[in-house]
Amino acid sequence: MPGTLTLDSVSVLLVWTAIAIYALAFIAYAVDLSRRGARAADAQDAVTRERELVSVGAAEATAEATGSTAAGRDATSRLRAQEREAEAAFQAPPSERPRLIWARIGTSLTVLGFLFHLGGDITRGIAAGRVPWSNMYEFALTGTLLIVAVYLASLLRYDLRFLGSFITGLVVLLLGGAALAFYVEISPLMDPLKSVWLVIHVFVASLATAIFALAFGLSVLQLMQARREQKTAALADASSATIAAAKTGPRFLRTLPGSDALESIAYRFAIIGFIFWTFTLIAGSIWANDAWGRYWGFDTKEVWTFVIWVLYAGYIHARATRGWRGSRSAWLSIIGFTAVMFNFTIVNMFFKGLHAYSGLS
Amino acid sequence: MSRSRSETPGAPEPTEGTLRPADHADSTTDAGAGEITQPALGLVGWLRWGWRQLTSMRTALVLLLLLAIAAVPGSIVPQRSADPNGVTQYYVDNPDLAPVLDGLQLFDVYTSIWFSAIYILLFISLIGCVIPRTRHHWKALRARPPRTPARLERLADFRSSIIELPAGAAPDTAAATAIEVAADQLKRGGYRVERYDSRGTLSVSAERGYVRETGNLVFHTALIGVLVAVGVGGGFTYTGQGVIIEGGTFVNTLLDYTSFNPGRFVDEETLTPYSLTLDDFSVTYQPSGTQGAGQAGDFVAHLTTQIAGESAQQGEVRVNHPLDMAGDRIYLMGNGYAPTITIRNSDGIVVFSESVPFLAQDTNMTSLGVIKVPDGMPEQLGLVGFFYPTQAPLTTGAFASAYPSLVNPVITLDVYEGDLGIDDGTPRSVYALDTTDMTQLTGRKIDVDSIELAPGETADLPAGLGTITFENESPAGAEGYDESVKRFVSLSIHRDAAATWVLLFAVLAVLGLLAALFIPRRRLWVKATPDGRTVRLEYAGLARGEDPAIAAALDQFVERHGDAVAPLLRETLTTPGPPTAPDRDDVDGSEPGRADPRPVD
Ligand code: HEM
Repeated sequence: MPGTLTLDSVSVLLVWTAIAIYALAFIAYAVDLSRRGARAADAQDAVTRERELVSVGAAEATAEATGSTAAGRDATSRLRAQEREAEAAFQAPPSERPRLIWARIGTSLTVLGFLFHLGGDITRGIAAGRVPWSNMYEFALTGTLLIVAVYLASLLRYDLRFLGSFITGLVVLLLGGAALAFYVEISPLMDPLKSVWLVIHVFVASLATAIFALAFGLSVLQLMQARREQKTAALADASSATIAAAKTGPRFLRTLPGSDALESIAYRFAIIGFIFWTFTLIAGSIWANDAWGRYWGFDTKEVWTFVIWVLYAGYIHARATRGWRGSRSAWLSIIGFTAVMFNFTIVNMFFKGLHAYSGLS
Repeated sequence: MSRSRSETPGAPEPTEGTLRPADHADSTTDAGAGEITQPALGLVGWLRWGWRQLTSMRTALVLLLLLAIAAVPGSIVPQRSADPNGVTQYYVDNPDLAPVLDGLQLFDVYTSIWFSAIYILLFISLIGCVIPRTRHHWKALRARPPRTPARLERLADFRSSIIELPAGAAPDTAAATAIEVAADQLKRGGYRVERYDSRGTLSVSAERGYVRETGNLVFHTALIGVLVAVGVGGGFTYTGQGVIIEGGTFVNTLLDYTSFNPGRFVDEETLTPYSLTLDDFSVTYQPSGTQGAGQAGDFVAHLTTQIAGESAQQGEVRVNHPLDMAGDRIYLMGNGYAPTITIRNSDGIVVFSESVPFLAQDTNMTSLGVIKVPDGMPEQLGLVGFFYPTQAPLTTGAFASAYPSLVNPVITLDVYEGDLGIDDGTPRSVYALDTTDMTQLTGRKIDVDSIELAPGETADLPAGLGTITFENESPAGAEGYDESVKRFVSLSIHRDAAATWVLLFAVLAVLGLLAALFIPRRRLWVKATPDGRTVRLEYAGLARGEDPAIAAALDQFVERHGDAVAPLLRETLTTPGPPTAPDRDDVDGSEPGRADPRPVD
């Protein structure tokens, strides 16, 4: 039925293909994480076995007396060494990164998925004859595209592939959900949307969301990593056998930078996102002033944009407040992104307000 | 990697840094110092202590989070400011809950006591924070970079190298040269530099990125500016609504407004005198059979505008494109049909002849309207009914409009006789008919056919009261109904004295934010210590606040300095003295004259 194949249905086809490829990328990245875990465990086993051999040969009395603290010190120094190594790898330029075959497959698939996704987005835009971010379905289409774009662009600078499964998973969920639940046929724009500010405001908001998504993923990892570090530290005066057996959280964490480093990079993403969000807020006000005759009116969407802005301002403050740095501030970044997602989904669909542009009825 | 933590043991903390609240993460005050000071100090002590608490980072943070939380209910519960009908509906739907919520000011969240308390405290805190910091920063801007710490190697970012001098070179001169080069390079790199030389050691201390703190202060001050602009500007702001029917004119006086909300300082008597005439209102509808059929768009109100004493001009108002008029902005808020109705009494005398705005009830412009005839009839007459631009019967037998433009325009009206309730001066909406003191003369309820008219038609009123005509407004010779009914627009006229200022402060805030977040503030020190035939060079950096790039920056500087110093030392130190390098091609190929910055670990 090529006769009836409209540009929009081509777009839908491309989008579904992209979703399928992202799903595969998600699997590849997940395999990568578990392989990292296994590798880290192997390395540790090797060390432990070696040490056991040594201590068997050593005088038993001294081993008994000093073994535990020595093992503890060992554990800590091993943690430090791991951290240093992970951080170096994290900062390394793409060509010098560890050759993680599954992560590579994941990234290649993500790039491929991105190309289909981009194709789907552009064809939708051409079919509609305007920017493809004018209703819920299109926000989701472009927003997720930007998430992937920001992720791939960040890869050039940092080895963030450990976030790959989070990013691709998130995109599969959002994009798949949008394609299923939010899809609407192309219809002409409502008058209030005919504005350059649609192009600017919504795009920048999506971009900020994409950046916040990365910050969110990093903050989650930061919390997991901090827990592991705490547990490892608590083991500092346990014996080597306990250490080997102890569970300190998912094993792939051992190949990741330390919680400090994760926090620092999460913060960097968050402040860039915050700048864009600030801009979103201002651009939205200018638009509201043109469209509705007031720049601010505490409309539901305005409220949530403001709430999110304040939450991230809180996060930035928390990072500078004694006693709040570290895990507490990470929670704020997580809450901030939860609010972003809430704003995009629940607020758009169920809250009443002037921003009735979801295109859903 | 998080370089900003100055928990590095022994990190020098010279006093001319950034003044921040005592519980700032980078602050040097001992943890908890703020809390230890238990005020046994009487009133002043308590006040001082309270002020310290209020202007602390922790309080600012808690207030910020409270502000975020407090803003949320306003998006869940309808607000009087944004959605007054929603509030009314809420009272109908939840008669028990609504008064409770109202008592908690949940229908007016953003003007409520508790919401105001939070942001006012926050801004007091902000002011209390910004003022001392500004004073401090002002001093810091003119202060010399701090003295070079005695033991640079204790800083987190530290590099050193040893330069071996050629024979006969004076190590003191070499050290001086190295420091001069460093000072010069740092200065060119945007650092403020200061030499600190002591016995046996020469050093330069450099600091850059004062703009970071400036940006931070600009940002926070601009937030205060936004708030003040909103608060003060609101007093000079007014908004009003007016309705103009095609061909009609609106004059900018209180009389012509259907509603008017002035700020506290607005003088209603001195509105700029101008008039607006609606020449034409145009709109396009998505044709039926396409996606989004009937959707209206491209609304344009074509106006003739005239400021008193000036010549008339053409202007248009569109959605997203308000018209600027003598400092006011004119917005298009709504539109609809205004059927022209003529009513004659039984003597054939015209008792009513007007175009009456009917309010659209749905997207196909099924519109509801009311006609009031106070005089000229035996009793007052009220008519209420619908206008359908494209009339189509529903399965129930009732009518609805099937399309928003004038394809098959029909008006249906029911007639009431009695007391309109307008004589005692009670303000009544022109869009509602209070029928309590009236008798219904037509309509389903009493089994008398309603009046039904197409443009150009006339019908008899019931009980021999006279006639009613639905005038056809089409120009002579026109075909079809396209222009048979006039349209009206409702305009909203605003004067917003605050908007420009708010925008200005917002832009300032963004600029400040960019500087505060992305310009690194850092100190660098270079120290040269001559020691026999070598000069030991030490470099150290200290981040002041978040600065992920300081290590790289230090490395880069060390390299650049080394590159610049090496040839200089060779030249200046070998040429002026006696030729001390007779055998150029000796030991292991290394040039004797070469000052070799060799990294030391
Ligand atoms: C109206 C509420 C406030 C908002 C929205 C806000 C927002 C921000 C933002 C976005 C930053 C990061 C940008 C920068 O470093 O300049 C920041 C930093 C900062 N704010 Fe606020 N702030 C507010 C109130 C306050 C108050 C009341 C204080 C004083 C206790 C304060 C003290 C600071 C300090 C010291 C920094 C620097 C943090 C650092 O060193 O990284 N702020 N604020």
